[in-house]
Amino acid sequence: MELKVKAAEGLPVKKIRRKIWGSEAFYGYLFVSPMVIGFLLVMLVPFIYSVYMSLTDWKLLGDPNFIGSENYQRLVNDPDFWEVMKNTLLFSGGLVPLNIVIALLLALLLQRHLPGIGLFRTAIFIPVMTSIVVWSIIWKYMFGTDEGFINQLLDVFGITGPAWLYDPKFAMGAVIVVSALKNVGLNMVLFLAALQQVDKNLYEASYLDGANKLKQFWNVTLPMITPTVFLTLILTVIGSMKVFGQIYVMTGGGPGNHTKVLVYYIWENAFKLFDFGYASAIAIVLFVIILFFTLVQWSVRKRWVFHEQ
Amino acid sequence: MNNKKKNNIFIKISFYGILSIISLIMIVPFLWMINTSFKDSTKIFSFQFIPDPFRWENYLHVLKTTPFHLFYFNSFYIAVLVTIGTIFFGSLAGYAFAKLKFKGSNLLFLCLLSTMMIPVEVITIPLFLFMRDLGLINTHVPLIAIPILGPAGVFGIFVMRQFFLLVPKELEEAAKLDGCSYFRIYWNIMLPLSKPAIATLTIFTFLTSWNEFYEPLIYINSKELMTLPLALALFTDEVGTRWELLMSASVMATVPLLVIFFFAQKQFIEGVTMTGGK
Repeated sequence: MELKVKAAEGLPVKKIRRKIWGSEAFYGYLFVSPMVIGFLLVMLVPFIYSVYMSLTDWKLLGDPNFIGSENYQRLVNDPDFWEVMKNTLLFSGGLVPLNIVIALLLALLLQRHLPGIGLFRTAIFIPVMTSIVVWSIIWKYMFGTDEGFINQLLDVFGITGPAWLYDPKFAMGAVIVVSALKNVGLNMVLFLAALQQVDKNLYEASYLDGANKLKQFWNVTLPMITPTVFLTLILTVIGSMKVFGQIYVMTGGGPGNHTKVLVYYIWENAFKLFDFGYASAIAIVLFVIILFFTLVQWSVRKRWVFHEQ
Repeated sequence: MNNKKKNNIFIKISFYGILSIISLIMIVPFLWMINTSFKDSTKIFSFQFIPDPFRWENYLHVLKTTPFHLFYFNSFYIAVLVTIGTIFFGSLAGYAFAKLKFKGSNLLFLCLLSTMMIPVEVITIPLFLFMRDLGLINTHVPLIAIPILGPAGVFGIFVMRQFFLLVPKELEEAAKLDGCSYFRIYWNIMLPLSKPAIATLTIFTFLTSWNEFYEPLIYINSKELMTLPLALALFTDEVGTRWELLMSASVMATVPLLVIFFFAQKQFIEGVTMTGGK
């Protein structure tokens, strides 16, 4: 086949067509075409379509009418939307530091090669592999007012625990803790990988300079793994903006609207109220937020290329 | 010297102490789940290490009152198809992007990659309407086709391309001289070489599909078409506070797979580190 292609060089149109047919470029396009078509059908077109939908009054029945920015004006004046935004930020603000700090601590502890380490790693990683639905169901039960493990444990010490998931003061906190525990293993693994990359000579040098462990961590370890910490931070923030499963299972957005978050609000408007236009407008807000964090990540990553090398 | 030794022991004790506490917090919910799944409904409020009476019947009750085997089967075959599709199309495109020269390949790759930042939740509404127009609501088609062609597929391309970039050029050049077609090179040389990457991708894709909740929730209405996470979430509403039944169902849904993934952990962790956990 290769010989035929060579022979076709510089010959009439019919032969040139033959040259493309079966050439390296031809197979290149052929091999990527299923995914490129898929990308157009499943990602790009729907995305453009959802921008358009956010400018219409599309409901379950009837035809969509173009209404310009009306949905967005409605958003600005919707007190529920602002509460949902507040809840989402609250969730993110609670989850992200908790997750990152515990993950980093665990990675620092688990990077040593001591007996039994594998067991701990597995234990911490099991929730990552469990479905969020199951994990949330178990914890809903753990947080149960009378039947829950936590309140039964508190009872032993003579404390009457609150109705965790039905109390506006505690519900969000409970969901945050459950979410942090679910995925802390994921970030831990990323940190462990970063810690292994740190040059051992740096530790030796700082040891000779008389630095203690705490100083070593602060002046050697942390600066060396900053790029990973930052990357993980952004990924965790983005993930926290998209929280849904644990809210759906544990609280259903309640009590009141106290744990209703962005994706839950999109889902509710789109698939419970069938207000597709309005739901699309909220979805676009979610996209803009995530786009913002992604761009921050990209720009900072470029600046840190030196560090990474 | 003696002081330092004492110090070391103290560090070790606190080291194991912290790790044990955190591990316990992770494990206790699962033990509590297994424990409750064998309890009698009247004993839910009492703490028993070994439930008395020990009720296997809870499991039978769940199996009798729900089509649990169907949930299992649905979750399993959907995850298998998504995984096979992702690996095939992902590695084919990944090979092309890594090894074949064609105009615009880098740009195309970047375009595909950039869609990873579009949250699925944003495009689900139009996708739902497309699927409705095609009459595919309440079928498994959206649960299989969308991940392969969308997020999971793009992830697959990324993983496979990174791997193929590391494969030395000499191998394909030798094959080319022998007159192998590009598809044969891909199929007979590249795929067998990429077993570690495929293993990682398999575990990662399978698990993501197996645990998926948002899409089944939107596309599936009929009970017999539900996947495990969806069935469990709705079962929660159905049985209300029959915790012993809910826990039996949860045990059946998680434990067999957790045992399998216990052995596949390494691959999964590799997938996470390779890509920043998605």
